Amino acid sequence: MAQMTMIQAITDALRVELKNDENVLVFGEDVGQNGGVFRATEGLQAEFGEDRVFDTPLAESGIGGLAIGLATQGFRPVPEIQFFGFVYEVMDSISGQMARMRYRSGNTMNAPITIRSPFGGGVHTPEMHADSLEGLMAQQPGLKVVIPSNPYDAKGLLISSIRDNDPVIFLEHMKLYRSFRDEVPEEAYEVELGKAKVTREGTDVTLIAYGAMVQASVKAAEELEKNGVSAEVIDLRTVAPLDIDTIVESVKKTGRVVVVQEAQRVAGIAAQIVAEIQERAILHLEAPVLRVTAPDTVYAFTQAEEVWLPNHNDIVEKVNDVINY
Amino acid sequence: MTKHKEIGLSDQAVVDMYRIALTARRLDERMWLLNRAGKIPFLVSCQGQEVQQVAAAFALERGKDYTAPYYRDVGVVLALGMSVQDLMLQAYAKAEDPNSGGRQMPGHFGSKKLKMLSGSSPVTTQVPHAVGIGLACKMRGEDAISFVTLGEGSTNQGDFHEGANFAAVHKLPVIIMVENNQYAISISLKQQVACEKISDRAVGYGMVGETVDGNDPFAVYQAIKTASQRARNGEGPSLVEAISYRLTPHSSDDDDLTYRTAEEVREAKAKDGLLSFKKYLKENNLLSDKKEEELEAAIKKEIDLANEYAEAAPSPDPDTLYQGVYQ
Ligand SMILES: Cc1ncc(C[n+]2csc(CCOP(=O)(O)OP(=O)(O)O)c2C)c(N)n1
Ligand SMILES: [Mg+2]
Repeated sequence: MAQMTMIQAITDALRVELKNDENVLVFGEDVGQNGGVFRATEGLQAEFGEDRVFDTPLAESGIGGLAIGLATQGFRPVPEIQFFGFVYEVMDSISGQMARMRYRSGNTMNAPITIRSPFGGGVHTPEMHADSLEGLMAQQPGLKVVIPSNPYDAKGLLISSIRDNDPVIFLEHMKLYRSFRDEVPEEAYEVELGKAKVTREGTDVTLIAYGAMVQASVKAAEELEKNGVSAEVIDLRTVAPLDIDTIVESVKKTGRVVVVQEAQRVAGIAAQIVAEIQERAILHLEAPVLRVTAPDTVYAFTQAEEVWLPNHNDIVEKVNDVINY
Repeated sequence: MTKHKEIGLSDQAVVDMYRIALTARRLDERMWLLNRAGKIPFLVSCQGQEVQQVAAAFALERGKDYTAPYYRDVGVVLALGMSVQDLMLQAYAKAEDPNSGGRQMPGHFGSKKLKMLSGSSPVTTQVPHAVGIGLACKMRGEDAISFVTLGEGSTNQGDFHEGANFAAVHKLPVIIMVENNQYAISISLKQQVACEKISDRAVGYGMVGETVDGNDPFAVYQAIKTASQRARNGEGPSLVEAISYRLTPHSSDDDDLTYRTAEEVREAKAKDGLLSFKKYLKENNLLSDKKEEELEAAIKKEIDLANEYAEAAPSPDPDTLYQGVYQ
């Protein structure tokens, strides 16, 4: 075991899989000698050579298309999109092409691609560098969308994503990259895709979150504890497909739910969860399911970032609303 | 006859060009200090490209032509009328910042008044936008042209191809200037393209392509002037490549020594266009040592005042969050 930050755990997962499977390829803008703008691929080109870890020209659509061609030939590409806000440049490759390869080839071809990309707010990077676009990805059948909240999960989820036979969008919250360390095993291990984790057990209310909002939810739960409210926290880990069973089981226990997402309110993961809960467990509910989200504006300018981003106080407030309903 | 007179530039014009290029450099240097002191969050630098930027802007009809600059174009935007104070306000992301009221990434210039399109972070998106502006000029029968810049790495995006092709098919009044500074963050030119010159790509679109030394203000001025004449005459777009070198790391978050050597940077600094421009002015008695001193002092004062003003200026109010999402 070693103490690792989330970004170290990610680099470690890439290293482990590059070593395990010669078909794994890592490529993207500045991922080679430079080791990535966030240093996620640091040292990998030196260790595995320029054929396995390489820089591409500045062209995301080309990166996505290249990955598809390679994937159909038995490779397991792990391309990086430098910031997830730039995914629009490669949307057709992702949603139009790789997500549908299996379906439209009558299940004879597939695209085992893992697209890694940093995203998320709170690090003062406005104008498309911070957007949470997982909802957009989750809407495309054929894609899996994975968002780790801690170093241990990040490594295991990334390894599972690379080994998965379908395309995975693996989103790395920038604020979590270096904010804390975890015990992370040095060998390969998997964390199952599509499986949420109950991070904290509780009986009065369920908080459902992912990415950086898991920490905020845990912090809220600790505050609530002081006032005698026992909150359960579910870390989704995979936002598409959703682990409905874990969610419904918890809802049946607590009868009260607050769903937390950093993304704007409209048409997101939280809205989907609310819909699933009311379809499957409405008779277990003691109060409406509430959401904590960012407001429906373009990602906030720096001075408004702290106001815009949901935090533990917002969560505590909503929990009080469902408790006092 | 002196070189600048030969191409139709007055003594005053070349002195002005130099002053603006030098202002861009000094402003950029100050911003590095402010960034390292923790006062401004982020910086993407113009150093090494000021001369070509100012020379190109001088070849336009300022006030009439449209521009879609990219994030290094401090020289372009200063020459087009943005002030040092405006640039400081955007660096501090203050409410009064005329580019965006503090909403944009630093270096994402834009001004309705100056006919300068607000740029977005994904590189090269400005190319088809500028082509659309070129089409609008043509449809309105306006004499104006549309000038757009981007880095050489950015020419590998699909938007470059799609914009350039449309502009050529419709013979639009567009100039695409590629500022080739040899790197796209860490990726060197030869890892990005296999053609010898970026301007070679023009042939494929059926437009004129030209490569010039970006450190030579007169070569750049002349290339853009000629391209603008073609554009105004209805002869269509041009691709001008200006070659220079990025003298700083990619941005304030980058460590360039992970992918290039200090020696390479030192060599490039010796060829800095700002130095040769100054030498030219001195040789032609357009700049004395005394005048140079005065110029440096005046620029320093302008930057000091702008900095003081911008630092003290109010930040945008979080209550304005919803403004500008919809009408
Ligand atoms: C679509 C897109 N992908 C990636 C980036 C991140 N990025 C910002 S600048 C840059 C390099 C640009 O290189 P070049 O076009 O040569 O311009 P330079 O910065 O050298 O002036 C990259 C990769 C981006 N802004 N947009
Ligand atoms: Mg460049």
